[in-house]
Amino acid sequence: MASIIEVKHLNLWYGDHQALKDINIDIPEHKITALIGPSGCGKSTFMKTLNRMNDLVKNCRIEGDVRLNGHDIYKDMDVNVLRKHVGMVFQKANPFPMSIYDNIAYGPRIHGIRNKAQLDEIVERSLKQAALWDECKDRLKQNALGMSGGQQQRLCIARAVAVEPTVLLMDESTSALDPISTAKIEELCTELKENYTIVMVTHNMQQANRISDVTAFFLLGELIEVGETKDVFLNPKNPKTEEYISGRFG
Amino acid sequence: MEKQEAVKSKKAVSAAASGTKKMTMETDIHKISASRRAVSGIWKGLMIASFVLIMALLIFLIGYICYRGLPNITWQLVSSEPSLLTETDGILPNILNTIYIVIMTLVIVLPLGVGTAIYLNEYATNAKLVAIIELATETLAGIPSIIYGLAGMLIFVQFFSLGTSLLAGSLTLVIMTLPTIIRTTQESLKTVPDSYREGSLALGSGKWHMIRTVVLPSSIDGIVTGCILAIGRVVGESAALLFTAGMANKIMNFGQALTPGNAGSTLTVALYMYAKERGEFDIAFAIAAILLILTLIINFSAKIVANKLKVKK
Repeated sequence: MASIIEVKHLNLWYGDHQALKDINIDIPEHKITALIGPSGCGKSTFMKTLNRMNDLVKNCRIEGDVRLNGHDIYKDMDVNVLRKHVGMVFQKANPFPMSIYDNIAYGPRIHGIRNKAQLDEIVERSLKQAALWDECKDRLKQNALGMSGGQQQRLCIARAVAVEPTVLLMDESTSALDPISTAKIEELCTELKENYTIVMVTHNMQQANRISDVTAFFLLGELIEVGETKDVFLNPKNPKTEEYISGRFG
Repeated sequence: MEKQEAVKSKKAVSAAASGTKKMTMETDIHKISASRRAVSGIWKGLMIASFVLIMALLIFLIGYICYRGLPNITWQLVSSEPSLLTETDGILPNILNTIYIVIMTLVIVLPLGVGTAIYLNEYATNAKLVAIIELATETLAGIPSIIYGLAGMLIFVQFFSLGTSLLAGSLTLVIMTLPTIIRTTQESLKTVPDSYREGSLALGSGKWHMIRTVVLPSSIDGIVTGCILAIGRVVGESAALLFTAGMANKIMNFGQALTPGNAGSTLTVALYMYAKERGEFDIAFAIAAILLILTLIINFSAKIVANKLKVKK
């Protein structure tokens, strides 16, 4: 498996508290990598180091080496360029208070696309990729906040893929949704991995098992185990992984 | 309903009365709920009374001003300047000066105030510094306006030698209304959810682009509210303008209004002059009625603008 992100000796502190301890992991290209572990184990924190959203947190200090396609994202890359390449979908759907069309066009406009025909094409393609086109092609000018929760989350996915990222980060993106919306988004993820590399944080073991190719288990800021999902779930090497997956703690 | 009340009062009383003397439950309950009902009735009565009093005062004030003022508003009054030759009065210069001073003040205070609020809420990282600036703006808001007039006279009129002029007057009002604009803008910036900011930044937007496209459109109604309050203070201000903008009653165009040294009185200053210096109460009340109408028009139009600009949440 060719890896697109390589993380070496990553340490992260919030003030005096060390939230990530010597993380080493390779994220494979065009696969879904699931990050699992109990609350507060550092999986979300780790994911946010990949698009530098931790820069927004006060007193956050990061050491180590994170490379996207070989480029050190903390030294060689402009943060705005990095975030164009590494998109993110949040736990709670956060569409902007503007029309569906403007939501999708928001990202491309940042990166200098002004041509109406080109934007139209991007909006249509992104909505189709997010399996939302049929539902909202007749109301693109309507406010996005009028959509249902599941639609809003798919809109956020469409908004993220509109800038054609290389990697898509999903932070528990289905945790606030009903089972049908969740199933739609899971199906979407397996389609999206043709074009994108997906990293997702999830609390849902079945979900990780169902759709991910690689699973990484975090505990108390440490990466305990990482491997192909079927190996991690069927033959965990570390006893802690087995205990967590089988539901004995967490 | 009564049952619930009874249970509550029983609990309260048993806590208070335990140890002193035993009362039967029945008498106990009725006593307490009766007195409670009385107390709550008294409070309700007091609140209704104060509401009626305030409304009566307001209606009397508006009614009296309209009664005394409206009959005295003539076309000649609002369309000419005062003339000693024909011995006629006119307040057109004052109406124009008021409009000029509102425009000049807003044009300067809006970018300054909104910019400061954006800096404080979006950029500043030093919490202590922000607290100090917030304390300073709050203090500024509480200073009596005559002191602004005095300071404005020393700084703008004399030190910057703008002379007694509309320009000096509006610069003084800029300082006076700055806290209002800063506070209201800041409050509405605080109501913009962080998830909007994160969503924008995560798409690779720069900070200023994020503020311009997501944060400001969501807080535009708060900024407009600040504008209404600021306009209200400008239109209603007389003390700060007596020393700084002067008392001239000559018709000026906007270019002349911008020129240092060109003094002019606004409607409120003119009202003061007519009532206090010349004892012409008919004109004073006419001006008061015009001011009332002007304020109403400004408030309504600002609300309409805010509704047009407001992002549906």
